[in-house]
Amino acid sequence: MKKVLLSLLVLILSVSAVFAQGAAEASGADNGLIRVGIINNDPNESGYRTANDADLKRVFNEENGYDASFYYSLRNDEQIAAAQLFIQDGVDYLLLSAAGTAGWDSVLQDAYDAGIYVILFDRTVDADPSLYVAEVVSDTNLQGQTAVDWLASQNLDEYNIIHIQGVMGSSAQIGRTTALDEMVANNDNWNLVTQQTAEWNAETAQQITQAVIDSGEPFNVIYAENDDMARGAVAALDRANISHGVGGDVIIMGFDCNKWALEELLAGRWNYDGQANPFQADTIDGIIRNLENSIDPESKTIYLVEQGFDATTITQEDVDKYGI
Amino acid sequence: MTMAKTGEAGLVKAGGIFRRQIFIPIAALLALILFNLITDPSFFAINYSLNSAGDPVLSGYLITILDNASELAILAIGMTLVTAASGGQDISVGAAIAISGSVVLRVLCGDNPRPDEMQASILTAFLISCVVSMLFGAFNGALVAYFNIQPMIATLILYTAGRSIAAWINNNRLPIISDPSFGYFGSFLPGIPIPTPIFIAIICMIIIALVLKFTTLGLYTQAVGINPNSAKLNGINPSFIKFITYVIMGLCVAVAGFIKVTRFSTINYSVVALDIEMDAILAVALGGNALSGGKFSMASSILGAYVIQFLTTTLFKFNVSSSALPAYKAVVVIILVVLSAPTVREKLGKLWKNLQHARLGKEAA
Repeated sequence: MKKVLLSLLVLILSVSAVFAQGAAEASGADNGLIRVGIINNDPNESGYRTANDADLKRVFNEENGYDASFYYSLRNDEQIAAAQLFIQDGVDYLLLSAAGTAGWDSVLQDAYDAGIYVILFDRTVDADPSLYVAEVVSDTNLQGQTAVDWLASQNLDEYNIIHIQGVMGSSAQIGRTTALDEMVANNDNWNLVTQQTAEWNAETAQQITQAVIDSGEPFNVIYAENDDMARGAVAALDRANISHGVGGDVIIMGFDCNKWALEELLAGRWNYDGQANPFQADTIDGIIRNLENSIDPESKTIYLVEQGFDATTITQEDVDKYGI
Repeated sequence: MTMAKTGEAGLVKAGGIFRRQIFIPIAALLALILFNLITDPSFFAINYSLNSAGDPVLSGYLITILDNASELAILAIGMTLVTAASGGQDISVGAAIAISGSVVLRVLCGDNPRPDEMQASILTAFLISCVVSMLFGAFNGALVAYFNIQPMIATLILYTAGRSIAAWINNNRLPIISDPSFGYFGSFLPGIPIPTPIFIAIICMIIIALVLKFTTLGLYTQAVGINPNSAKLNGINPSFIKFITYVIMGLCVAVAGFIKVTRFSTINYSVVALDIEMDAILAVALGGNALSGGKFSMASSILGAYVIQFLTTTLFKFNVSSSALPAYKAVVVIILVVLSAPTVREKLGKLWKNLQHARLGKEAA
């Protein structure tokens, strides 16, 4: 019985390995198309990733002159193996959103030696910058700064903030926390009522907010580092009949610009939502077009334009255009 | 002399509670209650007010604890049975909750992720998700019971694939239901000031209590967990008992998943019920149940679930900095698990007895 199972397992593994290989191999025909290998994280990971993947597919297809192959994994080692396959396969460009920052040196060196241009998008890696031509990334520090500047412009007498953080150590968390921390440290009328991580989870955010409400401590700002957590916090406010949004007692701030979140802004139930721009494909496309004409990108690190939306000025067009 | 004797008997009995399984979760609960009582008695205040929809609600830390522990308590029921019968744990419950929640939303939303009105009745959606969840439970159960794969390995499959399956069910979209009646199940029924999840958890507990009292499920499960071969010789089919516990686990998952999606009328596949399997296993362990299977105490496991939520809420209340939170939790868990070890409890029981003997000796003198 055990032997049968074991051989069955081996069979399944080998079959899936063949399929994985097949998926990573690009069709080899030379038909004047630019061949790109795209390594991304799993599109199921989040709304951001889904929008990111859809945007890449919109640009990198045959109509636009690309022969693109996609590979998805949330695991670094699988991504590295896929990158090696793409290199062996001789793609022209390797686009990479790395699951982890470490371990990419040797495979990027291989790509460099093979004359393949590597463009990092969304996430950067710990490797010598000479090994890639450009990185198209979000400036999460600026996202945080934009949000905090907006909050400062509200001119409240006192800021008593419930700060709900994302997964500790993630770049989005660090960027969005840093700006707020600095502001609180430098201004006496800015206080953190609580600062805790809800790990991107709406329910934990609700519990954190509920704990503050139950304690009776006054607060007038909820600074949640993504939309889901802001939603969780708002659920706790609704339960306690605390008014929020435009003209309400508590200012609600979120990040990521999910479509439903922007609709909350439009309805005046939230006040601010900061963008995390998943639309990198056009920028990457521009870099590749230039490289094809032997023009190097102006700088190695290219930050995406990201804005914040205010509930008092947001329009339906913004919701349709920027909602993910 | 006679007085001393009866007194002694009573005290020996009192010493016995250290060996009773339910002692650990009760002691932990009492310790947490005492701690909060000393530091801030307002922890136990309960307020009555109106929510933003104008309905009466009760609020306060205790309500929060009872409310938020509901899913965990329900999962602890299934996890206890699975543990007892198969001597292993189901680590796929978090992912399975994502699936069952996704099914509920899919049935209610149809093809439109933002429907103005629901496409089916909530009951239909719930029943369909129960069936789907029990099928996934049956899949786990079949691997464990009939293919003799270790539970953790068998459920690892669903643990890995579950959240992707959940996303696939809704074509990768995030449905949101705007009808307020859907949200009643995750918050309050209009006019009833107690959170609905508490009622759902109580109903589940009553059902499992009845099942354990009036059927042979509990007896057979323990028999299989203690020794499957001798159970077989006594006419029990061990494979079937193991299988059925995983199907029951599936049902618990469906109920917990239903509460999860009704809390916010939406779902996030990657974070919903993340790591809840670990808390569920911890609840079973805190209940003093052997993770290697065999005898179990359902009440202890359920109480264990409430202890975990009590701890979480206490840590939130004391505003423990986010980076230190897991460390505090770990310390408390270590203490509880060490206390629940049979050898430690044996020693405690002896210590208690000796103390009483010494006291009695003094009194007699």
